[in-house]
Amino acid sequence: MTEAGNREITYLEAVREALWQEMHRDPDVFLLGEDIGVYGGAFGVTRGLLEEFGPERVRDTPISEAAIAGAATGAALMGMRPVMEVMFMDFITISMNQLVNQAAKIRFMFGGKASIPMVVRAPAGSGTGAAAQHCQSLEAWFVHVPGIKVVTPATPFDVKGLLVTSIRDNNPVLFVEHKLLYRTKGPVPEELYAIPLGQAEVRRPGRDLTIVAYSIMVPRALEAAGRLSEEGVEVEVVDLRCLKPLDEETVVRSVSKTGRVLIVHEAPQTGGFGGELAAVIANSEAFDYLDAPIRRLCGRDIPIPYNRTLEQATVPQVEDIVAAARKLATEGR
Amino acid sequence: MTDVCLKPILDPAVLAEGSRRLLTDLPRERLGWMLETMYKIRYFEEKAEELYTRGLVHGTMHLSIGQEASSVGSIAVLRPEDLIIHHHRGHGHTIAKGADITLMMAEFLGKEPGYCRGRGGSMHIADIPGGNLGATGVVGSGIPTAVGIALALQMRRSDRVLLAYFGDGAANLGEFHEALNMAAIWTLPVVFICENNQYGMSGPAKKMAAVEPLSVRAAAYNMPGQTVDGNDVLAVYQVTQAAVERARSGQGPSLIENYTYRWRGHSKSDRNVYRTAEEIEDWKRRCPILRFKQTLVSAGVMGDEEIAAIDERAKTTIDRAAEEALTFPEPSPERLEDEVYAP
Repeated sequence: MTEAGNREITYLEAVREALWQEMHRDPDVFLLGEDIGVYGGAFGVTRGLLEEFGPERVRDTPISEAAIAGAATGAALMGMRPVMEVMFMDFITISMNQLVNQAAKIRFMFGGKASIPMVVRAPAGSGTGAAAQHCQSLEAWFVHVPGIKVVTPATPFDVKGLLVTSIRDNNPVLFVEHKLLYRTKGPVPEELYAIPLGQAEVRRPGRDLTIVAYSIMVPRALEAAGRLSEEGVEVEVVDLRCLKPLDEETVVRSVSKTGRVLIVHEAPQTGGFGGELAAVIANSEAFDYLDAPIRRLCGRDIPIPYNRTLEQATVPQVEDIVAAARKLATEGR
Repeated sequence: MTDVCLKPILDPAVLAEGSRRLLTDLPRERLGWMLETMYKIRYFEEKAEELYTRGLVHGTMHLSIGQEASSVGSIAVLRPEDLIIHHHRGHGHTIAKGADITLMMAEFLGKEPGYCRGRGGSMHIADIPGGNLGATGVVGSGIPTAVGIALALQMRRSDRVLLAYFGDGAANLGEFHEALNMAAIWTLPVVFICENNQYGMSGPAKKMAAVEPLSVRAAAYNMPGQTVDGNDVLAVYQVTQAAVERARSGQGPSLIENYTYRWRGHSKSDRNVYRTAEEIEDWKRRCPILRFKQTLVSAGVMGDEEIAAIDERAKTTIDRAAEEALTFPEPSPERLEDEVYAP
């Protein structure tokens, strides 16, 4: 694996760099989405790409999410490698027919004789005060659809390497970028590198309990682990990086070692990915090592509210993770 | 300012005269191919019905009997390398695009050697190397996908064109409007073909759309549009040819409405409670195959004997395909996950 090196850039810049470098490498890669051209995208991710690659490959679209997803699906069916930007993940609801019934199914229902190499970049998550229709975390829906892969990077290093792999993957990939991570900084090599999908990463080793997290909840879990360490509780943090394919082995190994697991995600708990993960753990050899029930700390089952205090009360914060992990560390002892 | 009047694809005066011209301009073999293909479609679907009645078919089917002129008249215009994307009522397009009938029948029967290895069935037959990019089962879903296919053709500077088929029901979806607008602003090489068979399952097209004919919707997207007698294979040919030339020469999309009629029910569960037997009989008298046959005979292009031979050949092709396909092996549930993701 590529060493991270010394250069630090933001998560947002790392996304842009992956797009930039892949577009230079492969003429079949192109971008499409609302306001991604001269405006540079709602979050500025694609800023500068129009000037570099021109309007044909950095393609501004009308506000037509169904047709955008259809355009990406059809172009991918022809062997292009479209990267579609959904302005906010919430708007993916309008693309669902093309993504779920077309992009995800075409390969299988045509007997494996076609493929759909496309990426859907979806800025997700709360924390920006944008309320119920601009803050959702809908990744679990896509995990439930055979034919789609789901990638949820947490660091600048990962977001670049995983986006590169997602673009080169021959399947539809939902690429979840958390809006609050865009400004986070970290070491990212300038050269092009690819991180395989389906490999979780142990971000911090610990003996007392495992926190399994992804996306924004990884830095929060790490901060929580740091605080708990001062209290003498050593937390192991597993960053899934990818929900589908899922690296079950790394999770099972960690939980087998610590005997306690807290699953943390921002999306609402009911029907969330945490339930699936809990089942995976319960059905694995890790079950025999569990010293306490598998616990979940997830978003509450409510739409994201506008007010800052209410918004923060809706999804797990560092303090919530500290409290839940502290409790779990002694549960059943 | 855009002139929002509907512009025809082909001058109606040219269209009126054009069929006579086609009968002399098109090679006899081409006209014979068109007739034979229409027969093949008819016999394929009658065979499909028969196999279904005999309990040999697991799934459903959507028959296009009565609509043969729409698929044949339009696909006859294409070059072999051109593309189609179509819909659940898609046997006609698949046959016209040159599919191997045996492999098609095998897919209908869910057999391993079928086009989709028994994973797709009647609703999803695709022949990618043959330029048939597949039938979609969710009404209208192929329309936005068509935008992407045509976009890829344009970005690769290809001179191939795409025919995108859908029905009257699909024309009321948001996806239809999004896709036509997008194809128009990007001047994509696609011809949208609305096969108006007058019913979306049971919903009459006339009641479900605020405008009539549906082709006027082309005006809203600044593309030419035209409603054609969809049971007149030569009329369909002419208008499609004009639209294909337009697309191929970089002038962008068109919307054709082939006005036709579905003789059979929507699918196997249809009891035809929403229309009268008289109406169905009336449209059977306007059979597109019968009309084309009469046109060929009265123009002196072919005699009854030659036509009978074409008819017989088509029937034999279908019978043999069905016989062979029935002997094919069933797919195995092992390694079923292999086709979900591409390597």
